[in-house]
Amino acid sequence: MVDLIQETPRVASLVLDMPDWHGHDAGQHVDVRLTADDGYQAQRSYSIASAPEDSRLQITVERLEDGEVSPYLVGEVKVGDKVELRGPIGGYFVWKADTTTPLLLVAGGSGVVPLMAMLRHRSAAGSKVPTRLLYSSRTGDDIIYKEELDRVASSGDGVAVAYTLTRSQPSGWKGYARRIDSDMVREVAWPKQQSPIAFICGPTSFVESAAGLLVDLGYDPLRIKTERFGATGG
Amino acid sequence: MDAAEAKVDGNAIGGLLSEIFTMEMTTAETTCASCGAVNAVGRVDVYLRAPGVVVRCPGCEQVLMRIVRGPDRFWIDLRGTRCLEFAAPE
Repeated sequence: MVDLIQETPRVASLVLDMPDWHGHDAGQHVDVRLTADDGYQAQRSYSIASAPEDSRLQITVERLEDGEVSPYLVGEVKVGDKVELRGPIGGYFVWKADTTTPLLLVAGGSGVVPLMAMLRHRSAAGSKVPTRLLYSSRTGDDIIYKEELDRVASSGDGVAVAYTLTRSQPSGWKGYARRIDSDMVREVAWPKQQSPIAFICGPTSFVESAAGLLVDLGYDPLRIKTERFGATGG
Repeated sequence: MDAAEAKVDGNAIGGLLSEIFTMEMTTAETTCASCGAVNAVGRVDVYLRAPGVVVRCPGCEQVLMRIVRGPDRFWIDLRGTRCLEFAAPE
């Protein structure tokens, strides 16, 4: 590990120097394995946050207090330490910049990580695909990549970002302030006539309700790609 | 944690399946032996918090696969998968 970026109080990005890395696609993940002194092993999946074009691999990890792996990756591991991982993994939840149909990204919590890799890939590849991100977090402090997302959204490059905060909102908050619902999706999502492709990532219940809302809007279920990471993530 | 939240999807076993099949398998397509639904592995329901991995059809919830990984071997039950289709490696 060559760098550690504290994204929010509970979320950090690990920047890894991988000499034998053969590249990845935006949306893929890696499996990180920890081995204790007594040989006990624990393994969890973490999404890749960096673009395929980036020189260094980055994964973003949310610390779960009762987790077996994440408290080590966010809190204990130090620059210079080695991390055992395998990957890249996945081919289903992947977006490539040569796609031309409008892109809709829907994130719940740290589900934004693989979608960030897609946005970074889009920028790095010079894609102009019209893109919208709907990103649900609990509080303002929990928004990962906020600065970068705001910068991308204000760059006039064809990316719009809509936030919703479900638990509490800072004073003067201009985004949504509720759980994702059909009115919100209707306002943010591309109309079905534009044949958009959608990627949804987050906790299982979030993903299933968001996917259901898009199907209700008339989206083709086969053009809604989902990645569910359970109640809490890895 | 309730059962609904314990559910993830086939993306979560991409690493395990690549160990077994030595290739990317989340884009492979499964045909459910029970209802005949065809789904990409990335779309199917997966339960990791069992003695092994349990894979279920997102349509009818029947078991498609059960995979147990021991210290030095795998046990794979594919009774619920009528067909597993994937591109041959280049």
